[in-house]
Amino acid sequence: MSEELLRIDDLHVAFSTRRGMVEAVRGVTLTVEAGEMLGLVGESGSGKSVTGFATARLLDAAGRVTAGKILFRGQDVTKLRGDDLRQLQGAAMSMIFQNPRAALNPIRAIGLQIADAILTHKRISKDAARAEALELLRAVQIRDPEARMNAYPHELSGGMCQRVMIAIAISCNPALLIADEPTTGLDVTTQKVVMDLVAEIAAARGMATILITHDLGLAARYCRRIAVMERGRIVEEASPRTLFGAPQHAYTRRLVAASPTATSQIEDLVTEEERERHAAVVSKPRQELAHGTPPLLEVRKLAKRFDEGAAAVADFSMTMAGGESVGLVGESGSGKSTTSRMICRLIDPSEGEIVFDGQSIGHVASRDFHRSRFRKDIQMVFQDPNESLNPRFTAFDCIAHPLMRLDGMRGGDALRKRVEDCAERVGLPLDLLPRFPHQLSGGQKARVGIARAIACRPRLLVLDEPTAALDVSVQAVVLQLLDRLRRENDIALLFVSHDLNVVRMLCDRTIVLRNGGIVEQGESRALFDNPKTDYTRKLVEAIPHIETGPVLAAAL
Amino acid sequence: MMTGLGATVARAGRRLLSSLPALFGVLVFTFLLMRVLPGDPAVFFASGPNAGKEEIEQIRKQMGLDKSVPEQLVFYLSDIGRGNLGRSMMTGQPVLKDLRERLPASLELTFTALLIALLAAVPLGVVAALKPGSLVDHGVRLFCALGVCVPTFVSGLLLIYVFYYLLGLAPDPTGRIDVFTSLPPQRTGFLSVDFLLAGDIEGWWAACKQLILPALSMALFVIAPLARITRASMLVSLGSDFVRTARSVGLSWQKVVVTYALRNAILPVITIAGIVFSTMLGANVLVEKVFSWPGVASYALDALLSSDYAPVQGFVLLMAGIFVLVNLVVDVCYGIADPRVSIG
Repeated sequence: MSEELLRIDDLHVAFSTRRGMVEAVRGVTLTVEAGEMLGLVGESGSGKSVTGFATARLLDAAGRVTAGKILFRGQDVTKLRGDDLRQLQGAAMSMIFQNPRAALNPIRAIGLQIADAILTHKRISKDAARAEALELLRAVQIRDPEARMNAYPHELSGGMCQRVMIAIAISCNPALLIADEPTTGLDVTTQKVVMDLVAEIAAARGMATILITHDLGLAARYCRRIAVMERGRIVEEASPRTLFGAPQHAYTRRLVAASPTATSQIEDLVTEEERERHAAVVSKPRQELAHGTPPLLEVRKLAKRFDEGAAAVADFSMTMAGGESVGLVGESGSGKSTTSRMICRLIDPSEGEIVFDGQSIGHVASRDFHRSRFRKDIQMVFQDPNESLNPRFTAFDCIAHPLMRLDGMRGGDALRKRVEDCAERVGLPLDLLPRFPHQLSGGQKARVGIARAIACRPRLLVLDEPTAALDVSVQAVVLQLLDRLRRENDIALLFVSHDLNVVRMLCDRTIVLRNGGIVEQGESRALFDNPKTDYTRKLVEAIPHIETGPVLAAAL
Repeated sequence: MMTGLGATVARAGRRLLSSLPALFGVLVFTFLLMRVLPGDPAVFFASGPNAGKEEIEQIRKQMGLDKSVPEQLVFYLSDIGRGNLGRSMMTGQPVLKDLRERLPASLELTFTALLIALLAAVPLGVVAALKPGSLVDHGVRLFCALGVCVPTFVSGLLLIYVFYYLLGLAPDPTGRIDVFTSLPPQRTGFLSVDFLLAGDIEGWWAACKQLILPALSMALFVIAPLARITRASMLVSLGSDFVRTARSVGLSWQKVVVTYALRNAILPVITIAGIVFSTMLGANVLVEKVFSWPGVASYALDALLSSDYAPVQGFVLLMAGIFVLVNLVVDVCYGIADPRVSIG
């Protein structure tokens, strides 16, 4: 039994908002031992990040610890003031954050930012601090560290920025590192590298780590103990094995089920009681495609060059049949979003042909495509449900808009009926229709986005990371919805994602992109089970696995 | 570093080139505007109210007003091309010479006012942002509101009343320098600078005393926008992730506020300061009138009132040129302050 480093005792944190005090954390009790890595898992709003911020004393002005203690080496952190607090922050305890690029000062060279942290806690000369900063850049494995010292955050990739952030956090050898969603928003392969780095550094320096994440798989891979939070409380704490093998609490069971794994099927993602509600609709079996029917979409030698730069996409060809689902995967910068936007006719290709239903549509300028009769056949669901809805449109307006513009419908009962029909199909309660986007939850907004896209009964739906911003339990429901829509209405899905587990479940075929070119393509299951190229293998291996498939099934 | 500088220069050059069409448009527009405005300069500049028709006709011919408007425009443009802005009927001097004499006075006043405004507004904005909703914040807001809603000529007169009439601290509000002080050799045209260069401290102090009240009344007017933008962008900056990072490693309060928050927050202030400067230069005619300041704006107003075409056209062209130049300077400053700009 090693020594206890941090003890959080019945912590309550409240935020003052316009609607009065809101309790974000209500009675969290936790211990962290020296050198251990603890996973703190939960969905958005569970209070996991607030717990982390309270521990590091970084709550913003509206937040306050209303009850409880945070004992760090026996000292109550919540009562520290002035210099005592500054000696804690950075020197004894530090934090890395979710959005690494935003977490770094955009107009200060990264070498200086690391040196700032060092100079705060050590009485050494500026040159010595600079030398130490360089050493740290080496420690976090940044290539060509001398040159990078003078770089600004916008010149580095997200993964690089997170390394710099790690360098800042470990600059004074803290005893506790709090990592708040350190890999969210990074590519899978980068995720793995960054997390491996954190784990390695923590082990080498004997640092304890609290890994705050929504990703159960990630926590299971790196932590020996995981605490699950729901609505401000810790509902369960166990080793990954027990947590996944025999989850005790109902919420944990739901969370575990919703986390996609290498073997899970779409139907597995929600627990049985929830599945009942949808059982009626999952019925129609997939139709086998008749031989010889012309493809719905044919793309030939598509290429896109921005300005004078290198091609973002080059020599991209694919075909899709009606009702088929195809996954487009790759790291950021692989050209998958660009490709999907060209196919949607939101941007113009530099070269190549796009043939939809036997008609060439690639030459129609994207700004004129809204007049094309195919506009309503090809619709898109965007990545961020918050940003892609007009904040001044109600849910009803959002869904009605394409119907009025593309189907020429006028207001009135017919329109109302169509909108309500769409809402029903995506499982959006009708009483939410008069609400504005900010009055809806993330999952509800995602449904509005999908309802809008299917309103005109498209034949091809292009989805650009539609679940990336959603919690796993919401993602599970949205994936089921998409799969059901495809079965019921024979909509072809082009699914752009970096989440291979999701693509594997949802898509018949998968295309792997890298640097704008196709690396590998084929039937999804075969492609993932037996990747032919190193790149695909690297992608597959980077996914955090929860290797408790059979046990899990039994538990359910 | 060299490439950065080169890129900045190239960007500045492109900006300058792309502003030429706009300048040309301004030129033609003001020319036409002056022709449309009522009032016949020939009548105005004739010897007296009972000048004969023949005399007026002769003056008209002399001024080229008997030709058609397009012809006049061509003459005007070719004159401008040769650097000739025409002659003022009012002063009898070439417009270029008049402007050259009066512009430094306006610039000196405007620069000083902007400097005072920035020195007041940035700290006020920062203080207000550090404690939003506090008494200090409300105090700053009140001060800014007063500054905006009191017109410059009122605040100017109030300042004169208090500091000249009641307290007797300020000198007569009659221009840049009292008539008895001997002027230094002209180098920059800025009296305060020229006195310093000549080593005449007494003269410098006299010039500064003349400058301070008009500059202050102009500054009061523009503190509000500058302080408000500083406060707003400081609030964004203080709430940003990188300030949280800075706090998470225990950086000192000054370092967090100044190096991390303020340096980022100052970027939009630079842009606003450029706009404020251009506006002030043209709009300070009221202050120039109140303090008998021999600047370009009051010169243009007088010319306008007496239908004297050439000075007004010259003034508008000058303002347009300065506007382009100021934007260019803002652009370059921005590029230096924000490393993200020079990319792309």
